[in-house]
Amino acid sequence: MYIYDEIDQRLVDERVAQFRDQTRRFLAGKLTEDQFRPLRLRNGLYIQRYAPMLRIAVPYGILASRQLRVLAHITRTYDRGSGHFSTRQNLQLNWPRLEDVPEILAKLAKVQMHAIQTSGNCVRNITSDHFAGIAPDEIVDPLVWCEIVRQWSTFHPEFSYLPRKFKIAISGSVHDRTAVQLHDIGLQAVRDAAGEIGFRVLVGGGMGRTPMLGSVIREFLPWPHLLTYLEAILRVYNRYGRRDNIWKARIKILVKDRTPEGFRDEVEAEWAQIRDGASTLTQAEVERIAGRFTRPAYEKLDELASSYVLALGRDRRFAAWARRNVHAHKVGGYAAVTLSLKRTGVPPGDATADQMDAVADLADRYSFGELRVTHEQNLLLADVRQSDLYAIWQEAQALGLATPNVGTITNIISCPGGDFCSLANAKSIPVAEAIQRRFDDLDYVYDIGELDLNISGCMNSCGHHHIGHIGILGVDKQGAEFYQISIGGAQGNDASLGKVIGPSVSQEEVPDVVEKLIDVYLAHRDSELERFIEVVRRIGIEPFKEHVYGTHQGSKARARPVEVA
Amino acid sequence: MALIRDRKLAHDPWKLLDGAEGAQPSIPATGKVIVPLAAWKASREQLLSRADGVGVWLSAPDDPADIAADLGHLQVVAVHFASFNDGRGYSTARLLRERYGWRGELRATGDVLRDQLFYLARCGFDAFDLREGEDVDAALRAFGDFSEAYQASVDRPLPLFRRREARSVRTT
Repeated sequence: MYIYDEIDQRLVDERVAQFRDQTRRFLAGKLTEDQFRPLRLRNGLYIQRYAPMLRIAVPYGILASRQLRVLAHITRTYDRGSGHFSTRQNLQLNWPRLEDVPEILAKLAKVQMHAIQTSGNCVRNITSDHFAGIAPDEIVDPLVWCEIVRQWSTFHPEFSYLPRKFKIAISGSVHDRTAVQLHDIGLQAVRDAAGEIGFRVLVGGGMGRTPMLGSVIREFLPWPHLLTYLEAILRVYNRYGRRDNIWKARIKILVKDRTPEGFRDEVEAEWAQIRDGASTLTQAEVERIAGRFTRPAYEKLDELASSYVLALGRDRRFAAWARRNVHAHKVGGYAAVTLSLKRTGVPPGDATADQMDAVADLADRYSFGELRVTHEQNLLLADVRQSDLYAIWQEAQALGLATPNVGTITNIISCPGGDFCSLANAKSIPVAEAIQRRFDDLDYVYDIGELDLNISGCMNSCGHHHIGHIGILGVDKQGAEFYQISIGGAQGNDASLGKVIGPSVSQEEVPDVVEKLIDVYLAHRDSELERFIEVVRRIGIEPFKEHVYGTHQGSKARARPVEVA
Repeated sequence: MALIRDRKLAHDPWKLLDGAEGAQPSIPATGKVIVPLAAWKASREQLLSRADGVGVWLSAPDDPADIAADLGHLQVVAVHFASFNDGRGYSTARLLRERYGWRGELRATGDVLRDQLFYLARCGFDAFDLREGEDVDAALRAFGDFSEAYQASVDRPLPLFRRREARSVRTT
């Protein structure tokens, strides 16, 4: 992970002092709620349904064990003992007191953490691949570029009051695991024929009320120009993005209005004015940043640990876990391990303070003292010896972190929903739990195979329902909570947006509908190798629709009009 | 209203003329006036003949390119923030300073509050017409909120990484 230098630390400390003063002035009545709101949002603080929600940044998902212990301490001291890891690789606490937040931020700053720009109309936390630096299919390690962009975007004076929030993802592998097509800016690190690093630049992707895939506006941006090009994009957006309607303020709307080609021309014209300027990156700076990252001191191990292979043959349950939760590593003898936060009965992505402490210990003992937060709301030990996997599995089981379901229907990605969030139309957590209970037979789950199921409690799409193979969206119908079901969404290189199958259904009906969708899939797949998403793409949504609603769409009493504002 | 200029409380000899909804303000015969862009375009010759000096103010959607050629005739340029949440004026300021070479007074007017002063100053504003009710002493402290900055901007034309590199060359 990146280690702060004196200036990085000083800026975070000064931010704490600034927010302490702003909070004091707000509590003393010297700042109005309207004036204070954007200030607290830029420090991750929302006013939620029951209490404030504090979103703590986990830059590109990487944590040191000492940082996780502080998160555990904060969760225990200032919250009710449980935190929520989000799809944007951050940690959210749902019960801190406003008065305590400056102190929480001060404690975070002591371990090089913060909540800077985790909300508000500014550049948010940069997200990346949770396998960055270890993936066998990696072309470029994205982490150094993530940190460069983090520094550039932190307290950017020109882009701190944008029309709307702004999300940047950076991927460096063959298989995209960061949803680069669904960000305001997606950067795909690539190499040209000469081996030089550059970026394919996508803009205007996003979920929310108007989901869109991003458009490529530049096939290859040589790395020295990264910051000036970002500056050109942000400047065009800051000047011309809509500010009259919050639902049309994201950059995707501007890109659509101007057409991707028109938008690209505007960016290129702006860039022509500032390219080769002082913000052009230097080799020395890239090396300096790279040099501040800790790198695991890998041992020279056998490509495949024999004890691991023997354990796989000996213990069927261990083998099942390993098949789902252990991932390939580019260094021989090592593996990455998902510690699942998807146990049935626990809100997806939630971890208790005790679990956090225990995971910090696991990271210290087995993974060079570091871990990662995945956008699928799990934790990952990135650098473990294969020979330690059996021991890790046993410990993870005791901690309730060994649910062997990564990549399956019960590894549900879900926002906190109406139980906590004041934006939500409907609850998410009970829906996730009902589906997990319905699909509680692991053999059945494995037979269904790879399937992403995503739940969002409202159109803000924090649960990324648009890119779930099955997506579930909470909608409000005259005060009642209903759920709209879509299928065919996908993340990755062939990302696509799901299509709504029909009228929304009640909370009790959701597990039945999901089961019917699975029935259709199982009946139509040509073999176990054909995944749910592939069947949807091959046969279309009609057969699914018919099975869920009856042969004639709308003829069943269950059918109700869809209603989304 | 209090005016901060060059990080000090300052006397303000200028009169800002309103131009709401594009209506042409009536321009007093004498005195220093800052007129809206539309008034400048409509009455440029007349305004140029004044003895007392003239400035132009831009609203959030106004393009600073529209006055780039006229900057030599102006004594002050102002950028109006109808709401502190509308960040277009930050880009306007940088363009005036960095692209069009404006060296004179660049004033922020309207919803100008203590908690935005640091960023405004970084983008090139050197005069701040504080909103009614703002505490001047608190506002003056805002310029020191942060002692460093990563990015290049008007106040620091070199980004931190280039200043670090220059420093390490000097010390080795």
